[in-house]
Amino acid sequence: MSTKPNIRAVTSNEAAPFIAPQMTGAEMVVRALKDQGVDTLFGYPGGAVLPIYDALFQDNELRHILVRHEQGAGHAAEGYARSTGKVGVALVTSGPGATNAVTPLADALLDSIPIVVISGQVPTHLIGTDAFQECDTVGITRSCTKHNWLVKDVGELSAILHEAFEVARSGRPGPVLIDIPKNVQFATGPYYPPEHAPRKSKRTMRRVDASKIIEAIELMASAERPVFYTGGGVINAGPNASQALRALVRETNFPITSTLLGLGAFPASEPQWLGMVGMHGSWESNHAMHDCDVMICVGARFDDRVTGLISAFSPNSKKIHIDIDPSSINKVVQTDVAIVADAGEALEALLEAWRKHRPAARPVTSQDSKNAALAAWWQQIDTWRARKGFAYRPSDDVIKPQYAIERLYQLTKDQDVYITTEVGQHQMWAAQFFHFNEPHRWMTSGGLGTMGYGLPAAMGVQAAHPDALVIDIAGEASVQMTMQEMSAAVQHNLPIKIFILNNEWMGMVRQWQQLLHGERYSHSYSAALPDFVKMAEAFGCTGIRCESPAELDEKIKLMIDTPGPVIFDCRVAKEENCFPMIPSGKPHNEMILLDNFVGDEIDAAGKTLV
Amino acid sequence: MAFNADPHADERPQARTLAVLVDNEPGVLARVVGMFSARGFNIESLTVAETDKAAHTSRITIVTRGQSHIIEQIKSQLERILSVRQVIDVTQDSAGVERELALVKVRSTGAERIEALRVSDIFRAKVIDTTLESFIFEITGTSSKIDAIIELMRPLGLVEVSRTGVLSIHRGPEADPTAETPAATAASN
Repeated sequence: MSTKPNIRAVTSNEAAPFIAPQMTGAEMVVRALKDQGVDTLFGYPGGAVLPIYDALFQDNELRHILVRHEQGAGHAAEGYARSTGKVGVALVTSGPGATNAVTPLADALLDSIPIVVISGQVPTHLIGTDAFQECDTVGITRSCTKHNWLVKDVGELSAILHEAFEVARSGRPGPVLIDIPKNVQFATGPYYPPEHAPRKSKRTMRRVDASKIIEAIELMASAERPVFYTGGGVINAGPNASQALRALVRETNFPITSTLLGLGAFPASEPQWLGMVGMHGSWESNHAMHDCDVMICVGARFDDRVTGLISAFSPNSKKIHIDIDPSSINKVVQTDVAIVADAGEALEALLEAWRKHRPAARPVTSQDSKNAALAAWWQQIDTWRARKGFAYRPSDDVIKPQYAIERLYQLTKDQDVYITTEVGQHQMWAAQFFHFNEPHRWMTSGGLGTMGYGLPAAMGVQAAHPDALVIDIAGEASVQMTMQEMSAAVQHNLPIKIFILNNEWMGMVRQWQQLLHGERYSHSYSAALPDFVKMAEAFGCTGIRCESPAELDEKIKLMIDTPGPVIFDCRVAKEENCFPMIPSGKPHNEMILLDNFVGDEIDAAGKTLV
Repeated sequence: MAFNADPHADERPQARTLAVLVDNEPGVLARVVGMFSARGFNIESLTVAETDKAAHTSRITIVTRGQSHIIEQIKSQLERILSVRQVIDVTQDSAGVERELALVKVRSTGAERIEALRVSDIFRAKVIDTTLESFIFEITGTSSKIDAIIELMRPLGLVEVSRTGVLSIHRGPEADPTAETPAATAASN
């Protein structure tokens, strides 16, 4: 065995040195997964990963879910991770197995989701020879992982496995990949459990900077038009972060909005909630972001879908930015107070400081000018709310997609429900019309915008929460990208419900072609679609079709009550647009609404933006 | 429409030298260089070699160009890479020393040949190869000094230039004050 010089063995008891048991590399993988608390993994076997599958065969603790395509394994691992806060695991073979896992890796990197992908590789002596099913996996995945490893020595394997989990879940979480050549899987070496594994020197986590907290509190106390803008970082920071956020928002009586990924950290049912921010965010949240004088950004990264036109983004505000990743600070928007910290620790520090300093900084008296200003700010927000930016024209004849999600929400909200989505109009309508009161209930591909994410992600969620109601709110175009995973859901008794808003169009593409490309609908209509009910039956599960608003409630209840997986073909209005919409190249306060939409809102510069 | 004033509008991009201490392991250069290309940052020169075999450390010295907020972003993005142990902003460090080495081939005869030799003498360049009609000069100095001799040699028969890119180190008896020594790294475990 050889270890790298910068790795050193750590023994917990110098007097009784730990003697590492000998086992094969494949056995180490199984053992390390269990030592890391893994109970479920998603994968697909192949030549270069057979020794690990052999070790799995001889193990009866780990649950392996056999997907139908490696992309499904990666997204399922993401769904598992997002819904539990734990690390998700996928196991794939070399070559095409690894390249098929690239999309979920990139997805998890952009959304900061901790997953570990283990890939088989051709034996070390064949690396570089263009061997069968060989590809440069670490080269291909370098830019879509937080870190990756090619393990050429079985002596290093156990330490790398444990380090991979540590890297995936620590700091800003993200995906990692371990590439293990087949001969390393067969080779025998010492297995070090996590507490005895040689560890690379770990970077010290930054503590919350107390002086920055005071600066932030002073800004907050001086605010007349404040707004909280929170993101997926609050969810990733765990339940304590959401609790601290709730307390802070309630005690300050400031309004709060969040990104797509941050939904659920603050309850949508509470009066301070403004709805989602951004391109298809609420009228009131976007106006509040534009007009605020102090913005408190927690665990969000000023994504272009949030900010709109950067040069006109919230032009009159001081900005407090809390992020665990120093590179997020000042990346897009210049910050006035930067706090590099875990969102939970920073929120707890802010809460404590607010409680301590608030009486001096902001006495609760009716004469106080700041409180009067805040009351006026709430009045302004109420006038924006009264504009009802999510309004749509209801119909008795045809199911409006917004109505379908409203009914789905009303009929499932009292249950233990988890929602995943694909990407497009249905995703935005789900964010607008399905309301979340708890974190980890909402799994969607935000950063990468991966069509085909929702169905396999729902499998991952269901595997982690066998008794919960797990619904993929889907579009008929997205869902066909990973539809084959229904077969895996049937095989593994994962009773996911695929709620397809079927308008026969790539709806968001159609909307952009209407608004930006002179109504030239280039290749966005699916002139042939499968019969989703028959498709469900072919997969061995239940298909339900719903074509009129009158039967919607009854059919949704039928879907909920049906055991096993269900594909629900909800035929909706074909040419509905998703509003409000901040047109490309416009600021937050120039949203298009249903009733002010004329069609020439986007200028030439805006058309060149994505 | 209200606009944010661009806080960087008046700032010109400047050359900055960053020394990046990394774990010497396969692929580490690709990680660093890949970050630059993926995020659209500029590399003007780059040198890399193992500098501490026992600690498995390599030093990558990168000259890049950008406004200060871009440089800050580059530093933060470098620090995100797991194999990167430390990023030193050499340009910001008043005690930072930067040197570059160049090999300059000049082909000329007569008065031009004599002038080339005179120029090389002024720049304290060494002649490392000669024929009756050519010289190869070895010159060490700051990048601007090397730029200057190249410009002077151009009319004197400049044929080819090979440059190492910038190397850097901190003045004084100690290792870079913010650098983690290998011993300190192990102790912090």
